[in-house]
Amino acid sequence: MSLALYVARRVVVLLPTLFFVSVLIFSLQKLLPGDAAVALAGEENDPAAVAAIRARYHLDRPVVVQYGIWMARVLRGDLGESLRNRLPVAELLAAKLPVTVELAVCSMTVALVIGIPAGVLSAARRGGPVDVAANVVALSGLSVPHFWLGIMLILLFAVRLGWLPASGYVPPWEDLGRNLTTILLPSVVLGTGVAGVMMRHTRGAMLQVLDADYVRTARAKSVPERLVVLKHALRNALIPVITLGAIEFGRLLSGAVLTEQIFAIPGFGKMLVDGVLNRDYAVVQGVVLVSATLYVLLNLLADVLYFLANPRLRGA
Amino acid sequence: MSLCRIRLLALTLAIALGTTGPAAAQGVLRIGLNDDPDALDPTISRAYTGRLVFAALCDKLFDVTPDLKIVPQLATGFEWAPDQRSIVIKLRPGVKFHDGEVVNAEAVKFNIERHISTPGSFRKTEIGQISSVDVLNDLTVRFSLSEPLVPLLAALTDRAGMMVSPKAARALGDRLGTRPVCAGPFRFVERVAQGRIALERFADYWDKASIHLDRVEFVPITDSTARLASLRSGDLHLIERASPTDLPEIRGDARLKVVGVPELGYQMIPLNVANGPRSKTLADVRVRQAIDLAIDRETLVKTVFNNEYIPGNQWVSPGSTYYNARFPVARRDVARARQLLKDAGQPNLTFTLIVPPERDRQEAAQIIQAMLAEAGITMNIQTQENVTMLTNGRKGDFEAYFTFWSGRPDPDGNVFTQSTCKGAQNDSHYCNADVDALLTKARQVADPAQRKKLYDRATEIMVRDVPRLLLWHRRVFTAYSAKVTGFTPYPDGIIRLKGLKLN
Repeated sequence: MSLALYVARRVVVLLPTLFFVSVLIFSLQKLLPGDAAVALAGEENDPAAVAAIRARYHLDRPVVVQYGIWMARVLRGDLGESLRNRLPVAELLAAKLPVTVELAVCSMTVALVIGIPAGVLSAARRGGPVDVAANVVALSGLSVPHFWLGIMLILLFAVRLGWLPASGYVPPWEDLGRNLTTILLPSVVLGTGVAGVMMRHTRGAMLQVLDADYVRTARAKSVPERLVVLKHALRNALIPVITLGAIEFGRLLSGAVLTEQIFAIPGFGKMLVDGVLNRDYAVVQGVVLVSATLYVLLNLLADVLYFLANPRLRGA
Repeated sequence: MSLCRIRLLALTLAIALGTTGPAAAQGVLRIGLNDDPDALDPTISRAYTGRLVFAALCDKLFDVTPDLKIVPQLATGFEWAPDQRSIVIKLRPGVKFHDGEVVNAEAVKFNIERHISTPGSFRKTEIGQISSVDVLNDLTVRFSLSEPLVPLLAALTDRAGMMVSPKAARALGDRLGTRPVCAGPFRFVERVAQGRIALERFADYWDKASIHLDRVEFVPITDSTARLASLRSGDLHLIERASPTDLPEIRGDARLKVVGVPELGYQMIPLNVANGPRSKTLADVRVRQAIDLAIDRETLVKTVFNNEYIPGNQWVSPGSTYYNARFPVARRDVARARQLLKDAGQPNLTFTLIVPPERDRQEAAQIIQAMLAEAGITMNIQTQENVTMLTNGRKGDFEAYFTFWSGRPDPDGNVFTQSTCKGAQNDSHYCNADVDALLTKARQVADPAQRKKLYDRATEIMVRDVPRLLLWHRRVFTAYSAKVTGFTPYPDGIIRLKGLKLN
């Protein structure tokens, strides 16, 4: 099977997935109790004002019709208008996307820099103190709540030491230095969580590969241990780790609700939560659709990489 | 990633850390908001936090003083017609909008008409009684009203009194909120949604001598711990509505200051008096009186809020001019509560209180539950997300629910729509012809002493009828860095930047 055919097949599956996601999220939102018009009208929720809002956003029409109106717009490339801000959702998403992507890339970098070397080291020194220490660190990274870690880091680095800003976000094109300082703590918080997962998987994959026949052969040929681990074993072990990395990266791209809230980072997660709480249907739909698309595309990318890296798949 | 790249990254970070610190340019004041404001267009804005931004951005025809007196801002004076059916307003000369346009009578006419006619305007309910605006001369306008309405003036101290540049409003249409052009001390620079809103000093401001800051930035941070941490680290200089649980920490930090003033609003539990079939349980006034008597408000405020808030029983706080001092917060009387229940034939009263998942109201609900239990009343607590609760309140699908009113400077805004038979906020469907007549009359009388008498009589009836349990008034705490001087707290919690300095 050629790569083109493989990708084409996957894309065909992708479209119904996205359609299903959009139907699901639309119906789930409509199942939420609480009237969007009441939420929007706020404290001065005069019945006339509520009725006007309902009419303006077609909230008085049947759900199927509302979905139809929304879908027809999406197919024309229009994601609608935020009920709360009255700004085009596409514009809001475009403003958040770079922030979310930057946070995801930086967190992933932290995760890779910590996770993979730790996984390799602990596999190579299986059972030794390094292995135990790496496992403890990885487990802590997984189990410590982001919320708590975030606050602790703020208290230490921003309040006590005063080295880093406690919150906020500055775009890199405005001030690269300040941008990096604002993104550092949230990346560490998010990255350490992912690093734990990466470490565990790298370790598992490495252990498997290190037991393989060809590694024994390499050792028998008295290839230095460093080369055995880093060249012979790691390359093969990385294949499942790549897949996992793509999935984790996709998760990071769909926004990190708590971390964004604590550090006041204006990304997808914060937008999504605000959207749900305000019953801002158009915004929630837009965020979910875009992050679902990103997630699915990243999975596709991982599959393609896997396909390229693994000759056995090509025969299937 | 190669080792070289890691080194590069580390180097970049090191440089970044070395070059930037928390210290920022002089004269930039950063204010932490509790949530992200909605559209920055006075006509369609509704979020409270938006008003904090507007205070820097858009001047109003009138403002209130810290003791709630109405004073001119863009206006210089006003005069009611003897029948209170029209008001003539004189404007300040030489005032400019941020785009250089002049604030004159035509601009005021444009703005009032825009507030009333824009689809989805939230100002229409506030000033919809203005039937026409006449330009008498370049600096004088007359508003004619469809009915006498003295509280109109108070509405003009908030968003309904804010003036935007007609030229900008015509050019931007309903996207004015993305680039608001007003006549306030600071002009709009940029906004990152859910991020910061930046404003800079307006060089042609009419009262520029009292502005000492070059730039103001508003940063929404939803989490109160993170917000306080940002204040302590120096990233923020001032935070609005600080949480009472954070007060010991703030007071213990020599680099911070905190001030609190009683809010304009009140925390309340509307009881279903006559709104649909679920009103059956609490329809009898004796039952409602019994619940009211079984609650010890002072203990409630002491235990849940560390005594930082103020126990209340009326629709204004005890310090207000319009508080009826003849009916202070009643002492708890469990024996009398039991007797009232017995008289009403409901000695084992059971009802459900809907409470949103929020710390203050959840804890208060639990204390109230325990207090009522001592009077033989079973109060079940049902948690419902806020919007769901409000929707059910409107529909009458409740017996009691826990909410609040943020408060208005004019007493009418705290009581009229909540307590009149056809009032939009009257979810209890409480209806008393005397109260209706008194509150309507109070809208038509300009003399404060006469108004006070009318409100006192309405309060007397409502204290007896208990259509809602009025429980406590919060204090609005503003915490700020010791570097900030000249800060004056206002009961509306809105931060006025005039006179404020950053040292």
